[in-house]
Amino acid sequence: MITTQNLSKKFGSTLAVDNLSLDVHEGEVFGFLGPNGAGKTTTVRMLSCLISPTSGKAFVNGYQVGQQDTEIRRSVGILTETPGMYDNLSAEYNLRIYANLYEVKDSPGQVEKYLRMLGLWDRRFDPVATFSKGMKQKLAIARALLHEPRVLFLDEPTAALDPESAHLVRDFIAELRKEGRTIFLCTHNLDEADRLCDRLAVFKSRLLVMDTPSRLRSQLFGRKVVFHLRSVDENLAAQVRGLPYVTETKIMENKLVVNLEDPEAHNPEIVRLLVGAGADVQFVGELRHSLEDVYLQLVKNA
Amino acid sequence: MNKILTIVRKEWSEVFKNRMVLFTVLFLPLMMTAIPLGILFATRGGAVPQGLNTEMPQQMNAFCPPSLKGGECFQVYMISQFMIMFMLIPVTIPATISAYSIVGEKATHSLEPLLATPITTAELLIGKSLAALIPAVVATYVAFGIFIVGAMILISNPAFLLALLDARWLIAVFVVGPLMALMAVNGSIMVSSRVNDPRVAEQLSMLVIIPVLAIFFGQLAGLFVLNRQLILIIAFVLVILDAVLVYLSIQLFQRETILTRWK
Repeated sequence: MITTQNLSKKFGSTLAVDNLSLDVHEGEVFGFLGPNGAGKTTTVRMLSCLISPTSGKAFVNGYQVGQQDTEIRRSVGILTETPGMYDNLSAEYNLRIYANLYEVKDSPGQVEKYLRMLGLWDRRFDPVATFSKGMKQKLAIARALLHEPRVLFLDEPTAALDPESAHLVRDFIAELRKEGRTIFLCTHNLDEADRLCDRLAVFKSRLLVMDTPSRLRSQLFGRKVVFHLRSVDENLAAQVRGLPYVTETKIMENKLVVNLEDPEAHNPEIVRLLVGAGADVQFVGELRHSLEDVYLQLVKNA
Repeated sequence: MNKILTIVRKEWSEVFKNRMVLFTVLFLPLMMTAIPLGILFATRGGAVPQGLNTEMPQQMNAFCPPSLKGGECFQVYMISQFMIMFMLIPVTIPATISAYSIVGEKATHSLEPLLATPITTAELLIGKSLAALIPAVVATYVAFGIFIVGAMILISNPAFLLALLDARWLIAVFVVGPLMALMAVNGSIMVSSRVNDPRVAEQLSMLVIIPVLAIFFGQLAGLFVLNRQLILIIAFVLVILDAVLVYLSIQLFQRETILTRWK
């Protein structure tokens, strides 16, 4: 749905985006993570034809950036960093303007659909200036969806929102995924990315890594299984370490942490060994690194 | 066409909520109409001594038909000086409206989502230009219409009325006025695209009134007389200037530069 090939953007002597090559598949939520100034917004602007690439190619929805810009603009929706609504005008009129600009056939119907869906119908005639940040953000999301785009670019959709509004927006994004839309999500919120995204790209002027959140974790930290035992000693750890597929073991209080490549296959054998050695196994669980750990490690290495 | 109309309506909905703009659009034309009518009223009847026309600048005598009395000649002369005010309306109103059009969208961050729609640069600029141009031209025509009605009430001599509503003023108001408005609109949009502060945009856009004031004071000082020939030359120059400005304003409206250089 979105493909970039060595996409680059230079502002004067500053290289904002360096040879970005990626593929975003149809119907997936693709997280685009990176620190401030990493070039995320520049990438979104290039892909939504707001600015042109310095070099490289990009295709969105089958159309080439720089060649078929009007077709791309017609087929994508964008939520910009700031809502950018017309504050003196009503919510309904704001959406009507954009419905006309996107040549939406059933303009009143679409406006009503999204105002109702996002819980703004009762406030439709109120000036946007009277809206809270969360309401403005919801209105901006409605604006991005009026023309039913198959591809959505969401730039920090929950930034500066209170937890309740952020939760609502996240739920809404999850609903959009169910509808089969392709969502390109720029976010700082790693928990949000972890929960919503099928795949992630960590970006800092250039692409650092791109994969599913779970694979990123295992690539970076390996997979670790924690065996909670009534008591553990070095002798027990040494027996486990002796197994051919165990790469590392570590004792933490009464827990034995074991590095494994395929826990699903090897856990039963380790449990049998521990029980055979007289250990009382209380729980077995996977030690999950947070996406934050992954992100910080990647950005630090970059 | 639908997109252009959407932009026009949107601009009007926004801009006329601003009291300052509303004041400029309503009050300025009324004031510009009141001045010549006030002069006409104050100098009516015997208010001007006979024989005064002999003291008038020579070039003005040329515009005084023999059928008019001296006092009436003086009135034609005086009002001719202030008729230029009707050319001030079409440059002032667009400057007020369109100066804010691009920079205002930058300030409220509404430009980026707007540019992300399938609207073309030409459609956007035509919409924004018409939104400023139409009120300016309508206000000028309405103000001039009020002046004509007022003059008809105050003047009983048909020859005097004809001298006052000379073809050069009709050309000035109905042809030069819209051309000047177009010049002001494009100048303001160019300024608005290049600056970051709405106040700077407004102040710079107001510079377009300088040529009109130069004509006003030049004629008042007797440096030249705005006769029919000169007005036609001005109209011709404005047609060329407008074409150049329209081209330049489209060329200077670089979506990328506007989005990325403005913080």
